[in-house]
Amino acid sequence: MIRDTTLGSKLWAAAIWFLVGFFVINLFAMIATVVTSSFATRWLGTWLPVAFTTRWYSSAWSEFQLWDILMVTFQVIAAVVIISGTLGITAAYALARRDFPGKRLLVLLFLLPLLIPPITFGIPLATVLYQTGLAGTFWGVVAANLVPTVPFVILVMIPFIEQIDPKIEAAARVFGASTFKLFIHVLLPLLLPGMLAALLLVLVRTIAMFELTFLVAGPTSTTLVVALYYAVFAAGVRAVQSIDAMAVIYMVTTLVWLIIALRFVNPTQIVTRAKQQPAH
Amino acid sequence: MDALAPAAPVEHGPSLRQRLAARGFDAVTLLVIPAAIFSLLLFVYPFAFGFVLSFEPKAGGDWLANYRRFFSDPFLYDTIANTLRLAIPVTLLNLLLAVPIAFRVRLMRRQRLLTTILVLPITLGTVLVAEGLLNYLGPQGWFNRTLITFGLISQPLKLVHNYWGVFASLVITGFPFTFLLTLSYVTGIDPALEQAAATLGASAWQRFRHVYLPLLMPGFAITFCLSFVQAFSVFPSAVLLGEPAGVTRVISIAAATAAFEEYDYSMASAIAMIMGFVQLGIVLAVLASRGLFYRGPASGAKG
Repeated sequence: MIRDTTLGSKLWAAAIWFLVGFFVINLFAMIATVVTSSFATRWLGTWLPVAFTTRWYSSAWSEFQLWDILMVTFQVIAAVVIISGTLGITAAYALARRDFPGKRLLVLLFLLPLLIPPITFGIPLATVLYQTGLAGTFWGVVAANLVPTVPFVILVMIPFIEQIDPKIEAAARVFGASTFKLFIHVLLPLLLPGMLAALLLVLVRTIAMFELTFLVAGPTSTTLVVALYYAVFAAGVRAVQSIDAMAVIYMVTTLVWLIIALRFVNPTQIVTRAKQQPAH
Repeated sequence: MDALAPAAPVEHGPSLRQRLAARGFDAVTLLVIPAAIFSLLLFVYPFAFGFVLSFEPKAGGDWLANYRRFFSDPFLYDTIANTLRLAIPVTLLNLLLAVPIAFRVRLMRRQRLLTTILVLPITLGTVLVAEGLLNYLGPQGWFNRTLITFGLISQPLKLVHNYWGVFASLVITGFPFTFLLTLSYVTGIDPALEQAAATLGASAWQRFRHVYLPLLMPGFAITFCLSFVQAFSVFPSAVLLGEPAGVTRVISIAAATAAFEEYDYSMASAIAMIMGFVQLGIVLAVLASRGLFYRGPASGAKG
């Protein structure tokens, strides 16, 4: 490690830590504002609210029909996780194990939905889904959310599968394992950590996926993040504290899964694992 | 499995299977088909459909009518400039902040706490950040209150429902994204190269300018592109925190309005295509300029 001990480099380091601190403080203050406001009775023109209450949570719960929205959200997420897991892991296995003509084109096809922002492909996608009558339904929302998550699972799983020695599978075959047995007793235990990581990342991304859900959701297929958007959009209709209470419920839902996910993945993976590939 | 002998060219029966297997097509390869079909149906087909639809105007007229309308109506074509005015400064600022911080953080042993904190705004998403900033940056919010307490300003700054609100939200969600990408590139470079330069007497600035920068330029170009594309497609915060009828009427708002308020899917597709092309244009320009810099191995291995 190189140690610079000049005054200039110390000042430079101090300036950088100041910037980091400034960003982190503002981030936490922003989150704290939402949490404080959700417990506030009346908060106007002072540092802290006059008094604290929990009644906004019960009013938000009934006003926004949060139970229904949460149920829809979890059903959408469960469907997205299961389907993208099934489609993604099988495809990743094929791409990791075989070299065939057109493979690069296929990988590019799976990369594009991750590189193009959701709103750009979301509008043509929503148009097609409206024409087929899928938009506004539960499965329309699931289908739209699968567009970026299937490629995401594929790109996270390929390196995971590549590191498993094919000789292990060959050995299982030699001892007479059927394809099913091979999968259950050999591949599944080896792939489990990777699958868990990929699917938890899909889960966290799907909870926060606003654009695609917003473009195709109908009244009965609205997820939590879209409901939050509409509540903020129509601010003034409801009490600010009520919206903030909903925002806190959304935050808790997301953060619980983020904390679980972080036990299995490195935080940088949420951003980089899938995005780094095109560089090479 | 892989060890199939190259098949003798016989023109019937199992030989086709063997020939395909030799080229990499066998039962395992077929596993890729469900995902490929899915991707074709829900990604390629809608894109192609939208592209064709954009040339079939709802109100009739010739095939270019949508595009002509877009580029003749200032309310529509100004959205490109509005979006670029937001996206380019934000992306540059995020990258300029991310690079020195990544260089400092790379020396840290316990990066995980910081990366976990930074991943928060990405996970929470733009809607929550917009909602939080509405309170936090508002005239009665803690940010203005703190500045007034320290005597830096006398009147609360107007930071929401204008350009700066969207700018702030793009920094809060965009900076962690740019930073984590930059960090992964910076840590990918062999520290031995820097040590060699230091041994030869290069100062910190010289080491950055002549060792790291050339190696990192391709990575920075990719980071810039990805961050730019994210910022360019800003939507919820431009509506909630900005002035969606004025300075922050970004191109995605124009597209969403066409689709969901005017029910003109043809026009909406045209705007989405224009959005895609502008993104593609800037990304290609950045990636083309990447060729001007050093390309080669970034490890210090001998030989």
